[in-house]
Amino acid sequence: MSETLDLTLKVWRQPGSDAPGRYVEYKLTGISTHMSFLEMLDVLNEQLIAKGEEMIAFDHDCREGICGMCSLMINGQAHGPDTGTTTCQLHMRRFKNRDTIVVEPWRAKAFPVIRDLVVDRSAFDRIIEKGGFISVNTGSAPEANAIPVPAHIQETAMDAAACIGCGACVAACKNASAMLFVSAKVSHLSTLPQGQPERASRAQNMVAQMDLEGFGNCTNTEECQAACPAEISVSNIARLNREYLRAKLCSYE
Amino acid sequence: MAETATTVFNSRVPEGPMAEKWDRCKQEMKLVNPANKRKKKIIVVGTGLAGASAAASLAELGYQVESFCFQDSPRRAHSIAAQGGINAAKNYPNDGDSVWRLFYDTVKGGDFRSREANVHRLAQVSNNIIDQCAAQGVPFARDYGGSLANRSFGGAQVSRTFYARGQTGQQLLLGAYSALMRQVSTGRVKLFPRREMLDLVVVDGVARGIIVRNLITGEFEKYSADCVLLCTGGYGNAFYLSTNAKGSNVTAAWRCHKRGAFFANPCYTQIHPTCIPVSGDYQSKLTLMSESLRNDGRVWVPESQSDERRGNQIPDTERDYYLERRYPAFGNLVPRDVASRAAKERCDAGYGVGPSKQAVFLDFRDAIARDGRHAIEAKYGNLFHMYAKITGEDPYQVPMRIYPAVHYTMGGLWVDYHLQSTIPGLFVLGEANFSDHGANRLGASALMQGLADGYFVAPYTTGHFLASHSLPAVSTDDDAFKEAMANAQDRNAKILGIQGTRSSDSIHRELGHILWDYCGMSRERQGLETAMGKIRDLRDEFWSSIKVLGQGEQLNQNLEHAGRLADFLEFGELMVRDALVREESCGGHFREEHQTKENEALRDDENFCHVAAWEFKGVGNEPVEHREHLEFVEVPLATRSYK
Ligand SMILES: Cc1cc2nc3c(=O)[nH]c(=O)nc-3n(C[C@H](O)[C@H](O)[C@H](O)COP(=O)(O)OP(=O)(O)OC[C@H]3O[C@@H](n4cnc5c(N)ncnc54)[C@H](O)[C@@H]3O)c2cc1C
Ligand code: SF4
Ligand code: FES
Repeated sequence: MSETLDLTLKVWRQPGSDAPGRYVEYKLTGISTHMSFLEMLDVLNEQLIAKGEEMIAFDHDCREGICGMCSLMINGQAHGPDTGTTTCQLHMRRFKNRDTIVVEPWRAKAFPVIRDLVVDRSAFDRIIEKGGFISVNTGSAPEANAIPVPAHIQETAMDAAACIGCGACVAACKNASAMLFVSAKVSHLSTLPQGQPERASRAQNMVAQMDLEGFGNCTNTEECQAACPAEISVSNIARLNREYLRAKLCSYE
Repeated sequence: MAETATTVFNSRVPEGPMAEKWDRCKQEMKLVNPANKRKKKIIVVGTGLAGASAAASLAELGYQVESFCFQDSPRRAHSIAAQGGINAAKNYPNDGDSVWRLFYDTVKGGDFRSREANVHRLAQVSNNIIDQCAAQGVPFARDYGGSLANRSFGGAQVSRTFYARGQTGQQLLLGAYSALMRQVSTGRVKLFPRREMLDLVVVDGVARGIIVRNLITGEFEKYSADCVLLCTGGYGNAFYLSTNAKGSNVTAAWRCHKRGAFFANPCYTQIHPTCIPVSGDYQSKLTLMSESLRNDGRVWVPESQSDERRGNQIPDTERDYYLERRYPAFGNLVPRDVASRAAKERCDAGYGVGPSKQAVFLDFRDAIARDGRHAIEAKYGNLFHMYAKITGEDPYQVPMRIYPAVHYTMGGLWVDYHLQSTIPGLFVLGEANFSDHGANRLGASALMQGLADGYFVAPYTTGHFLASHSLPAVSTDDDAFKEAMANAQDRNAKILGIQGTRSSDSIHRELGHILWDYCGMSRERQGLETAMGKIRDLRDEFWSSIKVLGQGEQLNQNLEHAGRLADFLEFGELMVRDALVREESCGGHFREEHQTKENEALRDDENFCHVAAWEFKGVGNEPVEHREHLEFVEVPLATRSYK
């Protein structure tokens, strides 16, 4: 049964990174509840083009919750009201007729706005570059079953490795801290036997880069976990803190 | 009728017995000495499994690499969305697998339209891929003893698919991305995200650079190198609705085609049997439900037409498990082309379910009863979650509704055994090339191919190219660069200048309908001819009435989309032409005129045992068809049977 909704949207429009931005109000009618949130924005964009107005820029690609490209603050919540859900997986059946929906980009010093709802998240790549890997050249790997990985270790690593790098954790945090993102990568690699040799340098270097990029400190409000579409647990942050401490203690550098 | 060139071009398949070809090739290839590697620059376009693995491996060898993608980060390439798994011939389950059997299954699965030697190499290196990924920390599923676990996929009777929950592509790509980022930190890879390649620069017949648009500033940029690797993925989005990411496009490959690279088998598209059905005309993309679900899910439709009951209310005696009925040997695990056509056949005959009647059931009731809900959740939890999100239904309670959707493209730029296109110095890897899957790709073999190309083939073959050519220095101020840049700029300016009435989305949807209706799961002469005319008309309409707002010198997603659409409108015609000329049915290409009494695909090996490689002759002009004859020595030509 397809119902339809009439909605008011307040969307952040900003023509460029240095230009000032503002909210612009749009009215939409007859939105099917089966639509995804991004399809609703597609409909709005089609209407804007028809009226001769530039479409709203927003990042998206896979539209199935895995690439981490989509990134909207919806009514003040990163990726909207549903838990464990990206913006692209959010469907309009979650909203009510005559709702007003406020749509903004991620807001954080380390994620400058490029245009409208699109932000620059390259800081995340630079953090990974500093240690989010296991150093093994192509061709030099041992037979895959030579190093057994107990199933529970593999599960813990997989839980952390599921991070999609979207940045919702940063956007949801009042300090704009990137601890959940960094801890997810550190946990993934440092729990696996393959990741042991670089444990210390990985934690230290990634944290150092995180600080350099201008992300804030973690004050344990756990907003990041609540917003995270991949359901990355804050227990990873505790593990990162331990890793960091351990690195400081055993560092010979 | 298109002109057919009689000259046979060289696929450079090495001599000797099949199992020794790749080793022999490696022995014969020239090497670049370490000091010289530092002086060689390689452009890699694309950061999916193929591109990221190639860029990382080449940088490890010491080359200077420049890596491009249109997303904001290399980690977001479309490969990230692959769900089900990756094949390898490890034979860990001890169920009779071997390199030869993986090779055999892939050749047969491709309906005898792939190049045997390439497929054999793919099977050979498959095991190295698993080793490499495990060493990078890819958290593959494991059993309680800590060794790697396997699941089954379509088209095989052994369990050889490695997986990381339902997120295998994500984990493999993050592995390749981490290797890439490690090379960024060494300074050997320079990253260029949010760049779209808009032309290839050919100097003295050799690929020496690319033109890209910086998607943030809108500026055009020129890059030169000693060779170019194109790893830009497939063209499924020509159909508008597909399981591909929204940005996936044919632009980079098409523009290389216009510069002289032959396009092979464009009509081979894969329609995946298990996707969430279309729910409305606002729909922007389709979502795959991984083939791995067919391990435990059973496919059926009601025995009577237009049965309105909910799936779980229909008793067993009134269900038709049509795949198990028609194909008892493989049952629910028949290859994709077979499963898709069977679903279409049932729906066309009036047995479809759901509001649109364009769907069949995929039912987990029996598996949940057998293994318990927990076991099913552990294997497919995220897929069930995804299904519930999109449809609002709980697949633990009611059967899923699924229907085929465009998913993968076997066709692509023609490459030889070295993965080099018909333009020297232009190598094509991953889904962008045509090489290994013939007319139908088996599940879990695209990830394998992307990583095989990038980790284990291209690093050798590009090295050989660089060692055997003394290339003159080029500068981005050379005429060829200026010409290509002006060409790309003009095209964009033209699109912006039209200021007509139609949005790019509306034209793209229309193109999608044409291709789906006439060049989709089944094709016939008259329909294809109709499609050809309609695509030409639509292309004219694009160039007279497209409406793109905003400027070129800014982030302009409207302009990006229109540019890609313009290429799909040229490419679509080639796809249809190829389907028209191939007067046989094979794999994903089903011509209604060519079928058996049981409605199975009827191949014509006498006349069509070849690759059709098309040469561009100008937009609107007839392209020239070249043919690479295919020989089947190891796996003798046979009618594919999954009964
Ligand atoms: C939903 C889904 C599930 C799948 N599941 C499986 C599976 O379980 N097993 C399996 O084996 N296969 C699977 N496949 C197929 C497989 O994922 C793809 O074939 C494979 O990942 C393609 O990898 P690639 O590296 O060739 O290209 P892609 O991953 O598509 O990467 C293309 C790259 O090129 C870049 N690019 C493209 N055009 C341009 C341009 N003009 N300029 C600059 N950069 C450009 C992009 O930015 C991107 O980085 C699945 C596919 C889909 C759609
Ligand atoms: S931790 Fe969660 S919210 Fe943060 S980047 Fe990863 S997936 Fe996104
Ligand atoms: S668009 Fe890929 S996660 Fe939302």
